[in-house]
Amino acid sequence: MTSENAMLEEFAQREYEHGFVTDIEADAIAPGLSEDVVRLISSKKNEPEWLLEWRLKAYRHWLTLEEPNWHNVKYPPIDYQASVYYSAPKEKPKLSSLDEVDPVLLETYEKLGIPLQEQKVLANVAVDAVFDSVSIATTYRETLEKHGVIFRPFSEAVHEHPELVKKYLGSVIPYSDNFYASLNSAVFSDGSFCFIPKGVRCPMELSTYFRINAQNTGQFERTLIIAEEGAHVSYLEGCTAPKRDEHQLHAAVVELVAMDDAEIKYSTVQNWYPGDAEGVGGIYNFVTKRGACRGKNSKISWTQVETGSAITWKYPSVILQGDNSVGEFYSVAVTANHQQADTGTKMIHIGKNTKSTIISKGISAGVGQNSYRGEVKMMKGATNARNFSQCDSLLIGDRCGAHTFPYIEVRNTTAKVEHEASTSKVGEDQIYYLRQRGLSTEDAVNMIVNGFCKEVYDLLPMEFALEARKLLSVSLEGSVG
Amino acid sequence: MIATEIETYREQHAAFQRKSSPEWLVELRQQGLDAFTRLGLPTKRLEDWRFTNVSPLTANPYELSSLTSPDNEIVGDEINALVQQATLDESYHRLVFINGRYCEESSRLHDVSSGVIIDNLASVIRSRANEVRDQLSGGLDFDESAFAALNTAFIDDGAFIDIPDGVASDRPVHLVFLSTGSSRTVSHPRNLIRLGKGSTANVIESYLGNGDVYFTNSITQITLDESAELDHHKLQHEQIGALHIAMTRVDQRTSSHFRSHYFSFGGSLARNELDCVLDGERIETTLNGLYMPKGDQLMDCRTRIDHAKPNGNSHELYKGILDDKSKGVFNGKIFVRQDAQKTDAKQSNQALLLSDDASVNTKPQLEIYADDVRCTHGATIGELEEDALYYLRSRGIPIDFARKLLIFAFANDVVQGVELAAVRRHLESLLLSGHELSEDIL
Repeated sequence: MTSENAMLEEFAQREYEHGFVTDIEADAIAPGLSEDVVRLISSKKNEPEWLLEWRLKAYRHWLTLEEPNWHNVKYPPIDYQASVYYSAPKEKPKLSSLDEVDPVLLETYEKLGIPLQEQKVLANVAVDAVFDSVSIATTYRETLEKHGVIFRPFSEAVHEHPELVKKYLGSVIPYSDNFYASLNSAVFSDGSFCFIPKGVRCPMELSTYFRINAQNTGQFERTLIIAEEGAHVSYLEGCTAPKRDEHQLHAAVVELVAMDDAEIKYSTVQNWYPGDAEGVGGIYNFVTKRGACRGKNSKISWTQVETGSAITWKYPSVILQGDNSVGEFYSVAVTANHQQADTGTKMIHIGKNTKSTIISKGISAGVGQNSYRGEVKMMKGATNARNFSQCDSLLIGDRCGAHTFPYIEVRNTTAKVEHEASTSKVGEDQIYYLRQRGLSTEDAVNMIVNGFCKEVYDLLPMEFALEARKLLSVSLEGSVG
Repeated sequence: MIATEIETYREQHAAFQRKSSPEWLVELRQQGLDAFTRLGLPTKRLEDWRFTNVSPLTANPYELSSLTSPDNEIVGDEINALVQQATLDESYHRLVFINGRYCEESSRLHDVSSGVIIDNLASVIRSRANEVRDQLSGGLDFDESAFAALNTAFIDDGAFIDIPDGVASDRPVHLVFLSTGSSRTVSHPRNLIRLGKGSTANVIESYLGNGDVYFTNSITQITLDESAELDHHKLQHEQIGALHIAMTRVDQRTSSHFRSHYFSFGGSLARNELDCVLDGERIETTLNGLYMPKGDQLMDCRTRIDHAKPNGNSHELYKGILDDKSKGVFNGKIFVRQDAQKTDAKQSNQALLLSDDASVNTKPQLEIYADDVRCTHGATIGELEEDALYYLRSRGIPIDFARKLLIFAFANDVVQGVELAAVRRHLESLLLSGHELSEDIL
């Protein structure tokens, strides 16, 4: 195992020495943020006037806001004027075959069990005709269109379906929502737009497509998913493979709208670059995600596996407006080395008989700091609403931290809220038991940690559950013993 | 509004400081006032005051009663009645404070074993200035709490209890704080309790009054030396128009045991902060609390347990019963520092909502920096269990009575943790009469 650790470390370092992802910025603007930059981004995308106005409103509002400091994470101040807010799809040096790719990187892909053609896309190898990502994308698109599902990059959707975008953009997360959401609203680069019409059950998990599609979406993505009456969609975002992104700041916004009887299942596997073992570099991931259960009997479910990023700041929430609507949040957050995570959820119960479930599993190793922060709010009209929350933390090593900050507000007598939290370390007796049966300490810990997260993994689409499991063991490598 | 409020307190302070006091105390009070001026009264924008808005209650200034009334107040029937009401057991030591000043006439001190000091702070400041000085100025961070700073600015009187090493004090000490008078009076009692190595004690603090609108801003500082054991009870029975803000700070050394029993019934706004620092190994801390707001009352309970050293245990149980338009706030923080391995911390907060207009905000909070620990917290909020009601009704008990029975049982859980018989009886009869139940059910 030690040799493997050494190898991984080497891999992490080599990557940067060789400038593996050195890209040739084809179409970037000078660093800095101003109204002109917002106008420039909008004009480069040929956006309609109303969208530009919306961006400008967001920008002007952003200027009045202060960066939040209530979270339990520490980082040096971000200079928002030093970032580049627009860079067209980056041209990376194309390699002619997988043989030219760093073998260590390939090995990591192998461990994660990523299909060959996806490996090529990830490693930026020119994909041959058969596995051309575009053609794959096209096939998928045709199937989707047959069912009436609209699934487009955001910038295309703005032109093709302006009425839908206009109607729903900012309807769940207004441009004035918070510091990072306002910033995103002003400068968002691209993202996905998804519309499932009435009564349609989306024929496929919107995942593989996105994995390819999302390759070059920049640091400020925006996702909007609308499920009309009776529609059903399962969506997976993120990238399970190690992704090197040189952007320091990543501020995305995700909005979900579910009408009567609709169901949206949104899964995230996030593995951005976490920085090196000394805590240098890594992504600051400040994401605003919120779903609105507008209709009766609607359901929104968030499942997330967060193993990457130097800092994760993210609270996928559900507004349970429709009667009998259901909100769910299942999360595994891992902080190893110097990673910090402040993540959780908000469940706002407005309608009658609304139900929410929160299962959060935090794992801290090294000097990682993991915080669960959540809010459950039962409004006055939330008759017979129910919530069950469970936040468990697992500590590996004596220098890490696990914290919980749940807020519970109840204004209705018939509402029931239950909250449980526990913090413990990996039991020595459990490790001993497994070692006695011939497992190495590392494998034993992996097995225990996976068992700890099982409740959440079981909810991920199958292939991603497998990857997430492996991802976790890669993340925790070297943190034991 | 707030600026003028601060100004009023500054003026009062100037008048107050004219009274002859030792120089160090004058200086300490000045530091308190400076901190208060800098901090100002808390607003809802502060995380710690998010759910508790003090501004309507502090909009009009309160007056320091020692400035308006003479020191040697004549004890009238009204006060006797209040003392009578507060009395739990004649065998207890009793120290009575009226509007923050010690009242010898109403107090009753029995003989004490040698070395034990049960006195009032003002007299101790005169007789043992050096000892008190360190206790008053150290151990309390008034830089971050406006009300602690305000209390420090007006340090004047309060209880002083000092139990020397190895003494098991036989009689509980009952501290009675009365607020009287028709004007908007404010008092800032400051109590010091110190237990030496291996000593034990029982202390009860009772707060009540007969004025309409008044403000109690009290601080109790407790120090427990090695293996000391203290049971601290607080019975908050302020008048319905009162503002009650209190902070109890506990410093615990190795192997000491601290048990707190907090019962909150009165006040239009009552906020109780309990801050325990477990600076030693094998410490036991138990915090029990019951708050029962009704009408428009707001009750805010804050606890903070700071595990700084290994092998500490803490148990916390707070229950709330909320009726009418009342509001409840619970914030329980548990810190486990990096050194505090093998800590076992349990926290539980349960709230019962009896009315559609009542609301509760709960914020348990765990911050853990050590790995070999077991920490759990649980919170439940809801109405009475349907199944339990059904069970009782199926046995012929009418629904109203069944409800009362269940509410009583819910609250009685906390009351049963009190070991002093007189205190327990007092609380039981209060709960029973509150629900029109007879003692037969016990």
